Amino acid sequence: MISVHLILFLAFGAIAVAGAVNLLVQRHPINSALSLIAVMAALAGEYLLLGAEFVAAVQVIVYAGAIMVLFVFVIMLLNAGVEEHTKGSRVAFLFGIPGMLLGSLLVGWVVLRHSGTGSVGIGALPGTPKVIGNMLFHEFLLPFEVTSILILIAIMGAVVLASKPPSAPAEKVKD
Amino acid sequence: MPIWIYILASVIKSAIVLVVLLTAVAYTVWLERKVVGHMQNRWGPTRVGPFGLLQPAADGIKFLFKEDLTPPHVYKPLYIAAPLIAVIFALTSIAVIPFGNSIVLFGYRFPLQITDVNIGLLMILGITSIGVYGVALAGWSSNNKYSLLGGLRASAQMVSYEISLGLSLVGVLLMAGSFSLREIVDAQGGHFLGIVPRWNIFPQFIGFFCYLMAAYAETNRIPFDLPEAETELVAGYHTEYSAMKFAMFFMAEYANMITVACLATLLFLGGWHGPLFGPPLLQAILPVFWFAAKIFAFLFLYIWVRGTLPRFRYDQLMAFGWKFLLPLALVNLIATAIAVAW
Repeated sequence: MISVHLILFLAFGAIAVAGAVNLLVQRHPINSALSLIAVMAALAGEYLLLGAEFVAAVQVIVYAGAIMVLFVFVIMLLNAGVEEHTKGSRVAFLFGIPGMLLGSLLVGWVVLRHSGTGSVGIGALPGTPKVIGNMLFHEFLLPFEVTSILILIAIMGAVVLASKPPSAPAEKVKD
Repeated sequence: MPIWIYILASVIKSAIVLVVLLTAVAYTVWLERKVVGHMQNRWGPTRVGPFGLLQPAADGIKFLFKEDLTPPHVYKPLYIAAPLIAVIFALTSIAVIPFGNSIVLFGYRFPLQITDVNIGLLMILGITSIGVYGVALAGWSSNNKYSLLGGLRASAQMVSYEISLGLSLVGVLLMAGSFSLREIVDAQGGHFLGIVPRWNIFPQFIGFFCYLMAAYAETNRIPFDLPEAETELVAGYHTEYSAMKFAMFFMAEYANMITVACLATLLFLGGWHGPLFGPPLLQAILPVFWFAAKIFAFLFLYIWVRGTLPRFRYDQLMAFGWKFLLPLALVNLIATAIAVAW
């Protein structure tokens, strides 16, 4: 069965990369958003093949199902039109592309150098909800709670920014 | 079990479940027309076949032979993809629903379920959350203001009520200690105090109420059918659709209703548990019968509500979801957590 898993793993990887490239190439924002959903879904498939079932499900529910719906919602609401392609800035050509090449070389070198020492095999991650729950609420309790407070602060910030200034008289709404 | 038997069994099970589901979808439509008709002192469909029983077939033929119009100025790729997305994800979520205990055939044990994954419930939530795109993209790609308003309303409503839906289920998960739908049902076997069945609806009645409200909103049914409110939006997100593309949205809506009914049965109403009696053959069939009967009861409730209640206003819908349902689900969750820990 390993070979089937490997083929599926490569297929999902190819879908993710193709989706990411398509995201950059597409000119209409909604097509780009849909490509991003394909990337998210393909990543969920990769997680599932690695054995991280819970993370795969959460990836689909949170990223593909909730965050990307908001993206699509905003694009629909603003009725964003087709983008015009520019020839790109000179800075991007001079620094961006060499920088990207350098970065990917570095990542490739690190991965190849450390391959075989601590890489994850297919189906090897302890991904059941029980294991993850135990880890989150025992070993990583403090980081988990700190993260949740961080998100709470972000939500409060958004509410403060979105609400009307207190000096303006509140509009009377008939119930 | 050899791999080819496993694959063969999966294919056969998928085919059976798909046929049963689509038939159930067709006859839920018939049931709705019939029951709402009787509630309004009419007969409902009577002409095609006895009691109008062949009406779904007639409807299907009509959908197939209608002209498939594509209005000008639509964004064609997504206009075509949207009904496909809606119906495919609506039909996929049935894959992890168990219909009964396992049966033994030719010396192999087959569970009555297409696939038993230990994150079954999360899978259903994930698939249904993807289904929102069908409605949202249909509304956007039609290039029509009524469709766009319907699509916007649908996505806002579904994202809002998904939170309450998820939280209302956590109480059940805490009591069962598993995401596997089969294990959740197994935890509901037996009785409280010797007479009352150990169904989650009794300790989790607040959770059930939250689930019911959120599920009605998620499936865009009355009293939360604002995305397709015909008095304000013509037909909402599917205004520009005709023939089989419209039928796909129709099928998706009813398949989602059936999935919601299956989930309610599994999580709150004890799944296939019920009194067993009679000869061994009857005892083998009874669990599937109880399961189907509970789903029927839940679908009847859906139709009953549809025939009874008027539609909410949009601000009432949002206020109800965020200011009442979400806090209620949170209180239920905290109370359940304390009770389970204690």
